[in-house]
Amino acid sequence: MASTSDYERSPTVTEVDTPLTEKLKSLWETRPGFMGWLATVDHKEIGLRYIITAFAFLIAGGIEALIFRVQLAWSNMHVLKPEQFDQLFTMHGMTMIFLYAGPVLSGFSNYLWPLLLGSRDMALPRLNALSYWIYLCAGLFLYSAFLVGFGPNVGWFNYVPLAARAYNNGPNIDIYALGMILLGISTTVGAVNFIVTFLRMRAPGMSINRVPIMVWGTLTANAANLFAIPSVSLAFFLLWMDRNLGTHFFDTTAGGSALLWQHLFWMFGHPWVYAIVLPAMGMVSDGLPVFCRRPLVGYTAVALATVATMVLGFGVWVHHMFATGLPNISLSFFSAASIIITVPSAVGVFAWLATIWTGRPVFTTPFLFFASFIILFTIGGVSGFMTGSVPVDWQLTDTYFVVAHIHYVLIGINVFPVVGALYFWFPKFTGKMMDERLGRWNFWTMFLGFNLGFFPMHISGLLGMPRRIYTFSDSMGWDWLNLITTLGSFVFAIGVLLLIYNVINSLRHGVSAGANPWDGPTLEWATTSPPPPYNFAVIPTVASRHPLWEDRLGMPAGERSQVQRGLVLDHGKEALGTTTVDAEPNVILKMPLDTLVPLCLALSMTIVAIGLALINWWVVVVGGACTAASVLAWLWPEARLGETAAPAPGRAQHG
Amino acid sequence: MLDQFSPVGPFVHFKRTLLVLTALAPVRAHAAPLQYLSGAGQKAVPVVWLTWGLLIISIAVIAVIGALLAGAIWHRRGQAWVQGEKIVLQSHEGGLNWLWIGVGITAPVLLLTVVWTVKVLAQIQAPSGTPAVTIEITGRQWWWQVRYLSGDVSRSFLTANEIHIPVGVPVRLKLIGGDVIHSFWVPQLAGKMDAIPGLTNETWIEASAPGTYRGQCTEYCGVQHAHMAMVVVAQPQADFRAWWDHQLTRPTPPQGAAAIGQADFVVHCGSCHTVRGTEAAGALGPDLSHLMQRTTIAAGTLVNDGPARAHWIADPQSVKPGSLMPSPTLSEDDLAKINIYLETLG
Repeated sequence: MASTSDYERSPTVTEVDTPLTEKLKSLWETRPGFMGWLATVDHKEIGLRYIITAFAFLIAGGIEALIFRVQLAWSNMHVLKPEQFDQLFTMHGMTMIFLYAGPVLSGFSNYLWPLLLGSRDMALPRLNALSYWIYLCAGLFLYSAFLVGFGPNVGWFNYVPLAARAYNNGPNIDIYALGMILLGISTTVGAVNFIVTFLRMRAPGMSINRVPIMVWGTLTANAANLFAIPSVSLAFFLLWMDRNLGTHFFDTTAGGSALLWQHLFWMFGHPWVYAIVLPAMGMVSDGLPVFCRRPLVGYTAVALATVATMVLGFGVWVHHMFATGLPNISLSFFSAASIIITVPSAVGVFAWLATIWTGRPVFTTPFLFFASFIILFTIGGVSGFMTGSVPVDWQLTDTYFVVAHIHYVLIGINVFPVVGALYFWFPKFTGKMMDERLGRWNFWTMFLGFNLGFFPMHISGLLGMPRRIYTFSDSMGWDWLNLITTLGSFVFAIGVLLLIYNVINSLRHGVSAGANPWDGPTLEWATTSPPPPYNFAVIPTVASRHPLWEDRLGMPAGERSQVQRGLVLDHGKEALGTTTVDAEPNVILKMPLDTLVPLCLALSMTIVAIGLALINWWVVVVGGACTAASVLAWLWPEARLGETAAPAPGRAQHG
Repeated sequence: MLDQFSPVGPFVHFKRTLLVLTALAPVRAHAAPLQYLSGAGQKAVPVVWLTWGLLIISIAVIAVIGALLAGAIWHRRGQAWVQGEKIVLQSHEGGLNWLWIGVGITAPVLLLTVVWTVKVLAQIQAPSGTPAVTIEITGRQWWWQVRYLSGDVSRSFLTANEIHIPVGVPVRLKLIGGDVIHSFWVPQLAGKMDAIPGLTNETWIEASAPGTYRGQCTEYCGVQHAHMAMVVVAQPQADFRAWWDHQLTRPTPPQGAAAIGQADFVVHCGSCHTVRGTEAAGALGPDLSHLMQRTTIAAGTLVNDGPARAHWIADPQSVKPGSLMPSPTLSEDDLAKINIYLETLG
C-alpha cells in the first residue's frame, strides 16, 4: 500500500483562501457544453442524474398503477384487456423495484457520500459514471420494448414455466432477462464503488464509529448487492439460454426444476428488499435528529442493527416460497428467521422514537416525512411479521394483504424517507429552499392518500382477494374496498404532483439556502450550497459524529473538527486516501479526468443486449468489439496520471 | 371439539368494529366467500386462531407505537424553525433505555410467536385420522382437473372444478402443475399449496360442516388467472358415496334433439372434452361427464344454466379472453341442440 512517504510529498496544511479555491475550481470543474455534460465523472452530477432518472421511472410506474387501479376500481370493469393488465402490473413492479427504489438511493448516496465523508469524490469516479449510464440504458431498453408491446408480462418475479418459451413465445421475457442482466452490472459496479469509497475515502479522523448512519445503510446494502446480484443475473442468464439456446435448467419436462428459479430469484429478491430500505432508514437516522435538535439515540445500536438486518436478510428468502411444498423443518427455520429479523427493526424504531421524545421537535416538511415514516414502517413491519408465520402466510400469501405489506414497506420505508430527504437536501443540491407551505400540503396529501389507498388492501386481502387478477366478481365482497383504494391512489398521485410542482417552482423562485439552512451537524452542511466541484477546498479533519455541533455539545475548543483549515491537495485532481478503520491519512489519490469512455462502454454493452434480444449475431459481434475497445481505452495507461500541476515523483493510485 | 369450533364468535363484535373502523366500508365477512378470518375444519381452525392472535398483536403494536410517536412529537415542541439560524440543541445524554425496554418487550413477543407458529405447523401437518379419500388435482390453464383415486381402478374417475368431499373426515390431496405453476386455495378449509410442474405436493383438507366452499388459484398463471376458481362441496358420508357411485354411471343414450346434439358435441367438442360412455374422449379440456351435477362452468366463472352455457360455448373469448377454448363454428340451431344434450348429462 502506498503511503505519503512513498509519494514524497507531505501536503501542506493551510486555511481556505481565494487563490486556492480558484485553482481547485479550474482543476475540478466539468467543461461546459454537451460533451462536458456527457463526460463528467463528478459524483454530484451523477447523483442528481440518478435521482432525476429514478423519479422519471417513479412517475412512469405510478401512471401504470393508476391505469390498472381504474380497471380494479369495481367488479367486472372493462378498461383493460387481460394482456394489457398483465404488462402493466409487471412493468409497475419491475419499474418501482428495480428502476426507482434502488437507483434513487444510489443517487442520494452518490451525491451525499463524499460530502458526508469529507471527500472530494467517490473512489472510482469513472465506474460511477459507468454505473449510471448502464442503469439509464437498461431502463430505456426495457421501456422501449414495453412501448412497442414487448414489455415483461408475467410479473416482476417472472416465475417459470410461465416465463419459459413454451408459455411465452414473444420477445417479452428475453427483453426482461437481458435488461436485468445489464442492470445487474450497473448495480454491481456501483456497489464496488460504494464499498471502496467507504474503506478509503473518509476524511482524516472519521473512524468507522463516526460515519453517518446513512453511510452504514448504503454500505450494508451494497455489500449485500455484491452477494445477491450474481444470483439473479445467473437466473436470468440461465432462463435466456433455456429460451434461446435449448438448455433445460428450468424445463420440468426435461429434468429441470421450476423451483430452482424461485430459489435463485428470492436469494436475490429478499436481500434486495433490505437493500432498498436500509439506506432510506439511514437517511431518517441522520435527518430526523437534526429536527429533534439532538444526536440520534443509540448510534452504535442502530449501526449494528443495520448490519444485522442485512445479515439475517440473507436467511429469509424461503418465506416467499412457504406454499411450494418444502419440508416443515426448513419452513420452521425460515419462519423463525423471518420473525426474529424484527428485532433489529425494533432497535431502529425505538431509537427514532427516543430521539424525538428526548429532543425538541422542530416542525418542518422533512420532519413530517421522517416522523411519519416511523408509523408506516411499523405498519409495514407488523404485516411482514404476520407473513413470517408459516401457517398464517399460507392464507395471506398472494392476497392483497401482501400487496398492502409491500407497499407499506416500499412507499413507507423508501418513498417517504426519500421525499423527506429531498426536502432536506434539496437546498444543498441546488442552493434553493423548497417551499415549506407547499411542502405541508404535499406531505398531508401524500400521507392521507397513501393510507386511504393502501390500508384497505389489508382488509381486501383478509377477505381473500388474490393478487394479480385483472377483474373480480361482484359476489366477492371487494367492491367498496377497491373503490377506496383507487381513490386513495389518485389522492397519493396528486401528492406526488405537488412534490414535482414544488421542485420546479423552488428551482425558479426558491429562497437562497445558504450553506446550512437547517443548522445540521454533518460535513455536507460545511460547504456551500450547491457545493463547489471539489467539495472541500481543504480536506476536513473530523473529531466526532457531529462536526458542526461540537461547540454546542460542549467539546473543548482544541479537540474539535476542522473544516476551514486542513490538508491542501492541489497538484492536479487529487483526493485523500485514508486507512480503513481509523481514517488516518495514507495516500494521495490521483482522480481521473472527465471521460467519454464510461458512456461508450455502457452503450457498447447495450448494443450487445439489443443484438441478443434480436438474436442477431452481427449486432452482438459489433457490440462486443465496441465493448472490448471501450475497456481497452479505459485501461490504457495515462502518461499524465491526471496531473495538471507540477508532476510529483513516485507512484500514485488510480481512481 | 376443536375442529368444530370457530373462534369468530368471541371476536365477532371486535371484528365488526375492526372492519368498520378500518375499512370504512359496508363489508361483512360472511359476504366474502374467500375470507379466512373464520374457518371450518381441523386444518383451518388452529390457523384462524393464530391469524387473529398475530393480527391483534400487530394492531396493538401499531397502537402503542402510534401513541408513543404522537406523544413524542407533541409533548415538547421545539422552537419554530428559522432558516439558517442556529437552533438550541439538547443535551445528548439519555434515551438509550428506550432501546432496552422496547427491544426487551418486543423480543419475548417474537419468541412466543415463533413457538406458537411451530406448534400450529406441527398440529396441522398431518390429520388426526386416516384420510378417507385421495384426490389428485391438476392445475391447468385455467381450470382444475380432479381425479378421484381408488384402490379399485374401475372406481377412479375424472371430473373438473368441483370437488366433492365427505364431511368431518380428512381428505388427502395430491397437487400437480399440469402446465405452469398454480396454487390451490380454499381459504375456509386450508391455506395455499402450490401445484408445480414436475412435483407432486401432498396436502389435506377437512370440512367440519357440510356446505360449499369456494376456492381460487392464487399463483399468477397467465392471462386468465383471474378466472380460475373452484368449489369444494362437503357432503354427509352417504351423500358423498352416492355422488361417487353416480359419477361412475354411464349416461343413457339421448333421444330426439339431444341425440343430434350429442353427435354435434362429438364432432365439435369431442377432441378436447370427454363424456364417459360416448365417443367424445378429448383430454385437453375439462371432463364433462355428469356436467349437470356441477353448479358452475368455466372454472367457477359462470353459473351452470342454459343461457350461460350457450354464451360460453358460442363465445368463450368474451368470457375468458385468452382462454384455450376456441370459438366453434356452430349454427344457432347446433348450439341449442348441444345445450339440450348437455342438460341430459345429469
